[in-house]
Amino acid sequence: MTPVEIEALRLSLKVAIWAVGVSLPFGVLVAWLLARKEFPGKLLLDGIVHLPLVVPPVAVGYLLLVVLGRNGAVGGWLYDWFGITLIFTWKGAAVAAGVMAFPLMVRAIRLSLEAVDERLETAARTLGASPRRVFLGITLPLIAPGILAGVVLAFARSLGEFGATITFVSNIPGETRTLPLALYSVMQTPGGEDAAVRLVLISIALALAAIFASEIIARRLTARLTGKKPGPSK
Amino acid sequence: MSLIEFEAERRFDDLTVHGSFEAEGGVTALFGASGAGKTTLINMLAGLERPDTGRIVVGGVVLFDSKSGINLAPERRRLGYVFQEDRLFPHFSVGRNLAYGTKGKNPSTQPVDMGVVTKLLGLEHLLDRRPATLSGGEKQRVAIGRALLANPAILLMDEPMAALDATRRAEILPFLEQMREQLDIPIVYVSHNVDEVLRLADTMVVIGGGETKASGPVADILSRIDLRQWTGIHDAGAVITATVGDQADDGLTALKFNGGALQVAGLRLTPGRQVRLRIHARDVSLALEKPNKISVLNVFPGEILEVNQTDGAQADVRVNIGGTSWPVPIWAQVTKRSAADLGLAPGTHVFALIKAVAVDREDVGPGPTTGHS
Repeated sequence: MTPVEIEALRLSLKVAIWAVGVSLPFGVLVAWLLARKEFPGKLLLDGIVHLPLVVPPVAVGYLLLVVLGRNGAVGGWLYDWFGITLIFTWKGAAVAAGVMAFPLMVRAIRLSLEAVDERLETAARTLGASPRRVFLGITLPLIAPGILAGVVLAFARSLGEFGATITFVSNIPGETRTLPLALYSVMQTPGGEDAAVRLVLISIALALAAIFASEIIARRLTARLTGKKPGPSK
Repeated sequence: MSLIEFEAERRFDDLTVHGSFEAEGGVTALFGASGAGKTTLINMLAGLERPDTGRIVVGGVVLFDSKSGINLAPERRRLGYVFQEDRLFPHFSVGRNLAYGTKGKNPSTQPVDMGVVTKLLGLEHLLDRRPATLSGGEKQRVAIGRALLANPAILLMDEPMAALDATRRAEILPFLEQMREQLDIPIVYVSHNVDEVLRLADTMVVIGGGETKASGPVADILSRIDLRQWTGIHDAGAVITATVGDQADDGLTALKFNGGALQVAGLRLTPGRQVRLRIHARDVSLALEKPNKISVLNVFPGEILEVNQTDGAQADVRVNIGGTSWPVPIWAQVTKRSAADLGLAPGTHVFALIKAVAVDREDVGPGPTTGHS
């Protein structure tokens, strides 16, 4: 691989890992709220969480620019108090990727939460366990496969993020030029076909590696949850 | 003050469940047809459903009081709960399932420990297994052990055998009987099965249409036919207490009660033991004169106490086959025609005929335990 490709690959991985890592606790919290709680504004929260799935990514990028830019309400506050700049930095790229991937993560975790037999949690309460102990010891292990699925989906989505990223943090080599943006750049360059093919192959290899890894972990998790030996997938 | 003082109401769209009963130690059965509100009552006791109004006290601890706004969380009520389904944690081994409720408790202060429970319920060889690999009966035994090990003040059981087939049920019942005899833990047992109640319970609360219809000692309640529409026991019967005599060479066992001895066939019972047995009304015939040259072994002289005409062609006749000072009332089911032909009326002296083979194992339960009221 050329230094440019390695740079884009490393940047993509960094952005995706941070995007998924930081949004995971929030993803579990929001999934839990949506799956288990009734509260005013639940429909609104549900809608906002799903928005990135249905509006054009460029529109999300624009909104991030407005809110998180140096002059934006949140962006200005972040800069004044913590000295954090998101715009035109890899951190901003991670935010854009995290926001775009968030609905996929929440959906996967929410589905697994809804599949958990709440009667097991009730039983744990009657055995003297506090709600916190029930969540950590019973609920969380039981939704581990769902969390894994959400993480993999969000990771893949983050790796492929393009529209919101380029709108929010632009296309700066070494800072915000992830694999999709690098691919876009070489395609804009005359004679860049070979480089484009190589970047496409790298993207495919990365995605396959993520899928295989998650499949292996999922089988181990299922085996651990049910006590059955891992068998061939159905 | 009773161990359990229960007075609570919860309103649903189509039913209001109102429970009102007191219970002491031993086994208290909440008995009634499906949909009568039994599970709602036990859930209110456990803190899984919140009553609209009422007051629930167990062992002097107020668990719920709508007036003072007390509503203890389920985990603070110290009530073990065995559900209809086993509800074992699939990601834990049997051993970890059993230990789940012991966390944070000092093992030396526990009345029952892992050793006692695994031995009592026959779980020693299952500890490393996962719930998915157990049979239905084994799972339910683990669930019972898990609830016991949480050291509850009372053990609640909501039809713990409802999800099991007859074979598994027969496998669990002896464990429950042993638990009842060996552990000094009060049990509230929800059931709609009269055989289970007879074999396990001391006290019985009849629930019908969301209301508490009656409560009292099992023998008294099961002998009442006015509760029939609530208990759903259409084969009326009486429960009498007897002492097991020696088994004769021909396989018959005498069950002695005030007024005589009932010969029963083919039951393996420990001599000297007190038992309760249910005599079905349909197994009892009546005669005005003492019959001779008849195959029926059990013929008891008695006096008719009451005659109940039913809607159908039958009449239920209550006969005292004990003495006047120690009455032993049993029910006989006869046709209205026979009742009229024989002129059966209160005060009539009759002979009650009971076939020895009519009483089977399902009709016999342990006698009243000593120490319980």
